[in-house]
Amino acid sequence: MTSLILRTMVRLLLPLLLLFSVFLLLRGHNEPGGGFVGGLMAATGFALFSIAFGSSTARRILQIDPLVLIGVGLLLALSSGLMTLLLEQPFLTGVWYKLSLGALGKLELGTPLFFDIGVYLTVWGVTLTIIFALEEVG
Amino acid sequence: MIIFSVLAVFGLAFLAPPLCRLTKEKSGWWLAILPLALTVYFLSLLPGLARGQIQSISYLWSQELGLTFAFRADGLSLAFALLISGIGALVAVYAGGYFGTKVPIGRFYLWLFFFMASMLGVVFADHLILLFIFWELTSLSSFMLIGFEHDREEARAAAIQALLVTGSGGLVMLAGFVLLGQVGQTWELSTLFLRGEGVRASPLYLAIVILILIGAFTKSAQFPFHFWLPNAMQAPTPVSTYLHAATMVKAGVYLLARLSPVLGGSPIWLWAVGGIGAVTMVLGGVLALSQTDMKRLLAYSTISALGSLVMAIGIGSETALKAMVLFLLAHGLYKGTLFLVTGSVDHECGTRDVRELGGLGRLMPYTALGSTLAALSMAGVPLFFGFLAKEYLYEASYKAGALWLILAVLGALLNVWIALRVGIAPFWLAGSKEAELPKKPHEAPWSMTVGPLILGGLSLGLGAYPQILSSVLVSPALSAMAGKAVEVKLKAWHGINDILLLSLLTLGLGVVAFAIRNDLQRIAEQWTVPWGLDTLYRRSIDGLFRLASFQTRLLQHGYLRYYLITIVVAVVGITAGGLIRWGGGALPHLSLDLRFYELGIAIIIVLAGGMAILSRSRLGAVAALGVAGYGVASIYLLFGAPDLAMTQFLIESLTVILFVLAFYHLPNFAQLTPRRERLRDVIIAIVTGCLMTIFVFVASGIQIHPSISQFFVENALPLAHGRNIVNVILVDFRGLDTLGEITVLAIAGLGVFALLKLRIDQRSARAGKTTQTGRKGGDQ
Repeated sequence: MTSLILRTMVRLLLPLLLLFSVFLLLRGHNEPGGGFVGGLMAATGFALFSIAFGSSTARRILQIDPLVLIGVGLLLALSSGLMTLLLEQPFLTGVWYKLSLGALGKLELGTPLFFDIGVYLTVWGVTLTIIFALEEVG
Repeated sequence: MIIFSVLAVFGLAFLAPPLCRLTKEKSGWWLAILPLALTVYFLSLLPGLARGQIQSISYLWSQELGLTFAFRADGLSLAFALLISGIGALVAVYAGGYFGTKVPIGRFYLWLFFFMASMLGVVFADHLILLFIFWELTSLSSFMLIGFEHDREEARAAAIQALLVTGSGGLVMLAGFVLLGQVGQTWELSTLFLRGEGVRASPLYLAIVILILIGAFTKSAQFPFHFWLPNAMQAPTPVSTYLHAATMVKAGVYLLARLSPVLGGSPIWLWAVGGIGAVTMVLGGVLALSQTDMKRLLAYSTISALGSLVMAIGIGSETALKAMVLFLLAHGLYKGTLFLVTGSVDHECGTRDVRELGGLGRLMPYTALGSTLAALSMAGVPLFFGFLAKEYLYEASYKAGALWLILAVLGALLNVWIALRVGIAPFWLAGSKEAELPKKPHEAPWSMTVGPLILGGLSLGLGAYPQILSSVLVSPALSAMAGKAVEVKLKAWHGINDILLLSLLTLGLGVVAFAIRNDLQRIAEQWTVPWGLDTLYRRSIDGLFRLASFQTRLLQHGYLRYYLITIVVAVVGITAGGLIRWGGGALPHLSLDLRFYELGIAIIIVLAGGMAILSRSRLGAVAALGVAGYGVASIYLLFGAPDLAMTQFLIESLTVILFVLAFYHLPNFAQLTPRRERLRDVIIAIVTGCLMTIFVFVASGIQIHPSISQFFVENALPLAHGRNIVNVILVDFRGLDTLGEITVLAIAGLGVFALLKLRIDQRSARAGKTTQTGRKGGDQ
């Protein structure tokens, strides 16, 4: 598909959608959002891009094989659960640390965040794997 | 330390492949270092053992399940452990020469050491469940090793047979273990040991004995489960030596010996264990009569020897147990040697047929020497280890009754015959067709002669000086079985008595039998047994395959529409059944308090649905479906579920994209189904829709368990530090569910990927053939 409008628009949309997906991922713990939606959003961005420019260009921009994203995502989610075993807590217990950022307030970091990033990467990878594969058939 | 010896060998197993790449053709020698060191370590434990120090160690595994990693090294364990590590080291060296660099030897050593570690685990485990786990690990590694040459169909079939027979026997045994653990109220073998009285008095005693015997008999190839062992000779010879002569098949013997203080001493034990053992002992020898392959001959003689061991445990007197320990060691030494020799002969001459082989004594002097020593021990020539063991076996059977003695002599006689046929004749008798051997024979490399020489030498040395074994190994092993300190004095020569005369008679008759071997073989070939578990095994495997292909043809027809119909109708049927059983009851009050925009959305969804059905173009239908999906998402939004709505919007958008991409490859839209089929689909769809509506309606009014929503609402912030309850549930409270879900998602994604890529590769291969452009499918 070589629509000029689509191409111009997608070029602007892709960074925005990716940013928005990360935003969704990070705010997910307190506001609507989360890894699943974030991953879908990121995949949507690349799906649009690959419709406009073809999947090989999309793959080049992405630089990472979506299959790798799946693996990394699963590994991250799994290891966020395993980390707690080192503290002699059951698998997948949430462990939290409070960081003080001075004037900016305080930041709570926990293993569920890693878990959510894992979900994000897996969903992103799976969706893109399917979309790219469908585009490359025939 | 004991636990580390097991772990170290497991470690070696996983390090073996890279180590093999590093050390190339010398890998056998390097890899033998650890088993050799372990042998030395086990030997160093013996003096302490003689003073009554027993090494044991126990780590808690799971409190709730009563599981511990309990290891214990008493005399019985160490007798087996010495065979495992000692012969293991020699086999590792031997395999290096046997395989050379032609085969993936790293994989071989991986499974060999994996087996060695599991086997050490079996003999050191002091916990029934732990023992069972190691037991099954030996079956698993045996499967991998028998099927090592997996490109041969016979090897694969033999591997599967061995796995199924020993594996299912192991499962039966597990049931026995569970009963035993409940009756004895402990899993620890060393504690169970003190509770034999209670176990034997229990009403479950008979069941326990039968279940455990099935496990032990399948593993140790006792009648009627013996058939898998000769077939397992499809394994490479080092494997047959190690697993199917020296160690794994003795696991059953070990288990019986270990449990004999707990279960033994009853008439059932005597007749079931002793009887089956005696039958197996004779049967193994008789079945060997018609064989001409050295390996199969040895396999049948191993069955026979295992029978003798089991018989001795069944008889259970002190002399019998002494005979068992001595015969165990003697058999490990001579049978290990003979198997290695067989491998060397096969390797250097290209055949294992005893009718073709002869005169190898001059050509392969070291191999011949080892073989001769072992064969003399096996035949029971005085001053050899085998003689000593046989003396005690005779003495024990003599005391137990005439029937036992006759069977023991018969078994020994047949083994003399096999020893001459395999261990002596190929080397010292002129071959019938020496010139026609597939290969010109010459001596095997050093790595392949050292094993037979050491083991053969020990067969003589330990027979001539058995004193060195008595207090350090045989007494502790006997004490472990008898439950009290037993003093043993071993002598090589007992003077001239009845037993000695019987031994000499056995030898003489064996030589006579050997002289008329060709006639015996002709007679034995006439006997064909049309029944037996082997036939049953083959029939049931065939039946299983037929059942599998029948149900596959029935269910896996490959039509998407019928899959969907099956799923939908099944779901509807089950749900309808549930609804009928529920049978009405209190329906929730239906309030029609609709806002106008809610009604509007509902109408849009219905209209979009209708359009999806009636549309004449696929794109139109998909777009209509998208509209319906957006409508549903809007409802979520209106009822306060922004997370759900957001996800739904994205899913709908992506679905449209995916559909469009997929439709691009489909042929033009056409209606091919006849009216009747479409009518059927309409009916199914309407029924499903109505039923799901009723179901959702009813379900919202039923509450079986108290709702846990309140818990999530209250605890999301304090426990999980999040205000978005939906997300907190997903990543924290129900994190394991989510992990499972994303795993399924990943697998589904990989499945789609694989299916699509498969088609691309086929197409591009075809395209490449016809057009020679060599373009890649991925670039279009």
